[in-house]
Amino acid sequence: MKRSSIGTRRLVLGLLGVVLIAAMVYVVMRSGPLAPTRVTVVEAAEGRLTPALFGIGTVEARRSYVIGPTVAGRVRAVAVDVGDTVKAGQLLAEMDPVDLDERTAALDASVARAGSAMAAADAQRRDAQARKELAAVNARRYVELGQQNFISAGAVEARLQEQASADAIVSAADANLAAARQDQQRLAAERAGLRQQRANVRLLAPADGVVTSRDAEPGSTVVAGQAVVRVIEPSSLWVKVRLDQGRSAGLAAGLPAQVVLRSNPGRAFAGKVARVEAISDSVTEERVALVALDQAPASLSVGELAEVSVALPSTERAVLLPNAAIKRLQAQTGVWVMEGGALRFVSVRIGQASLDGQVQVLDGVKPGTAVVVHSEKDIGAHSRITVVDSLAGRTP
Amino acid sequence: MISLAGRDILHSWGKFVLTGIGLGLLIGVTLTMAGVYRGMVDDARALLNNSGADLWVVQQDTQGPYAESSSLRDDAVRSVLGLPGVARAANVTYLTMQVRRAAAAGVAPAGASDDDVRAMVVGFEPGQPGEPGYLVAGRHITRSHYEAVVDIRTGFVLGERIRIRRHDYTVVGLTRRMVSSGGDPMVFIPLKDAQEAQFLKDNDAIVNERARTAANPSLNRPGVPGLLEAIQASQANNRNVNAILVQVQPGTDVEGVAEPVRRWKHLEAFTREQMEEILVAKLIATSAKQIGMFLVILAIVSAAIVAFIIYTMTLGKIREIAVLKLIGTRNRTIAGMILQQALGLGLIGFIVGKVAATVWAPVFPKYVLLETGDAVRGLLAVMVICALASTLAIRVALKVDPAAAIGG
Repeated sequence: MKRSSIGTRRLVLGLLGVVLIAAMVYVVMRSGPLAPTRVTVVEAAEGRLTPALFGIGTVEARRSYVIGPTVAGRVRAVAVDVGDTVKAGQLLAEMDPVDLDERTAALDASVARAGSAMAAADAQRRDAQARKELAAVNARRYVELGQQNFISAGAVEARLQEQASADAIVSAADANLAAARQDQQRLAAERAGLRQQRANVRLLAPADGVVTSRDAEPGSTVVAGQAVVRVIEPSSLWVKVRLDQGRSAGLAAGLPAQVVLRSNPGRAFAGKVARVEAISDSVTEERVALVALDQAPASLSVGELAEVSVALPSTERAVLLPNAAIKRLQAQTGVWVMEGGALRFVSVRIGQASLDGQVQVLDGVKPGTAVVVHSEKDIGAHSRITVVDSLAGRTP
Repeated sequence: MISLAGRDILHSWGKFVLTGIGLGLLIGVTLTMAGVYRGMVDDARALLNNSGADLWVVQQDTQGPYAESSSLRDDAVRSVLGLPGVARAANVTYLTMQVRRAAAAGVAPAGASDDDVRAMVVGFEPGQPGEPGYLVAGRHITRSHYEAVVDIRTGFVLGERIRIRRHDYTVVGLTRRMVSSGGDPMVFIPLKDAQEAQFLKDNDAIVNERARTAANPSLNRPGVPGLLEAIQASQANNRNVNAILVQVQPGTDVEGVAEPVRRWKHLEAFTREQMEEILVAKLIATSAKQIGMFLVILAIVSAAIVAFIIYTMTLGKIREIAVLKLIGTRNRTIAGMILQQALGLGLIGFIVGKVAATVWAPVFPKYVLLETGDAVRGLLAVMVICALASTLAIRVALKVDPAAAIGG
């Protein structure tokens, strides 16, 4: 009895000891420097990828019109409000003409007066003409009489002088008439100019469009060039996209694009790159492209934020790897390759990348090579590793 | 020859095992406390490792970006890139904030939701220093906006939408051990988004600010159309970053690159050693000392308890020892028995403690680093303490009068 009791105790104690030692070994192997790093591995495979560029932009109007006066003045009336659809030539607003109407009336009167002056000059001319004819007849008669020596030479010369004087008076009357006519023309032209100025204070729509803002109300004073109303052409809306310069290789006009508006994140609208700006933003280091929508939604608002993905043509067949596999060791870009349980760093040349995280490897890795993708911590050539299916989470 | 110690243990094994486990838990607490201290220092080092930089360029006369706030223009990186010896340089921003799940955002006011995580939002340039070095799942950021790589400690999963200020970000990758010096997990987002998140005001504030500017007659002059718009546009953007991370070309003297930055660029530059000094010796100094102090007291208390347990265990066996003496057992055998028992107890305690500490360390909210060196030192300390405590007990045992065995 006593012996067996001691035997049992010895057994239990021994078991406890074994359990303790096993626990210790487990602890030492699973944590600390002896523990292997868990990694996931992918086999490099060949394929094509469709690279894409991603940028954000705002909806803008290709053609927007700032409509305001050409001279400083006071707004008399604004005929339209924000959201109104306007036709080309429609009156949008009118500036206060101040004295333009009165000055037109004054010029009307001046023109009429110039007409009267012309009539007077004409009458004077006719009078001078009559005098000239009489002087000519008299001069001719006196000359004949002078040749027959009926009268003295002095009397003949007086009549000739009378005739020359009458000729000069006719010329003066002609000139007077021309001056009166020119005066009338000048006044008429001045009146036409004033009428144009009068028409210029009426602000008309330059094209069909929608009023986007009403910046001045009747009574307010605006300077030359300041906006009274703004009009955009809704048919000309496009998205001005800013793309990171570092990721804009291949951007060209005509590429298809997907536009997701912030107001409607669930739906992508098809579009096309309409233009790539030749000048990129040097401060933000972004390129600017304009993407036109094939079918613009009616609710599109100017200034709305949009996410744009521009699809590039798919690449040649090449080895593809997830971008999580690409590491930088000192100055080299490469991947960790598994060869018979050992790790080796292989430097690679990277080509294009797709938005879903695939990277084209131009050389360095052959298809079928096992490449480390995810790891629990930084790995080196001498890291002990165990390969697992996944380390955490689910793949997107 | 039979083992006296083994026999004695077999005799009262329950007491022995329970004492060992109790002792082990105490040692486990001490080891954990050491781990907390190490974890704190390691968090600071992890921050430096993850940034992958040899040199930190920050605002002049600051010790940023971790210990102090630092702000510099984001085009300063270009002039740094032009310095000889610089291989790569990249802007980076750091901002500690509450990051919410996108679904929760908007439902509950900020701060009231349980669904937010304290995190350090890092703005980095993909492919440049500052990028997370390794992922445990998912992929790196491919879009230049609205994607995030998060530390697994945040609890976010792949594909989840998280909200930082006014934008939603999709979690595309998970990483590990990317923490701030305070132990907050990191959320990596593209630099431009981070700049916006860091300096962007909320919508109400922006609207109020616009109204305030418009009400200022000197900024909203009727004769100067466009002036107000220009001022408001200049108020709305920000081109600042917190630091520039610099990698020098292999074989280049880091101090040789730092010197011209300090002298000619009118910026401050810290090398890896200086940064570590700032982080470990300045930033976490007080809290590390606090933990260290506690660790010292705990170690002393543990040592005292171990010593007392061994001592009282021996005192409990005084009568048996007297009997042993009476039957002529040599003093060396008795001393050996007590020493073996003490060392055995210490060993069991250490193993239990080490296992317990390893088991509960991952449950701690902040990182607990159990260093092998600490474990070895702990083992030595436990053994030394046990040996010392047993000498105390051995002295008592040897003084026992054999007559005590028969009630004399």
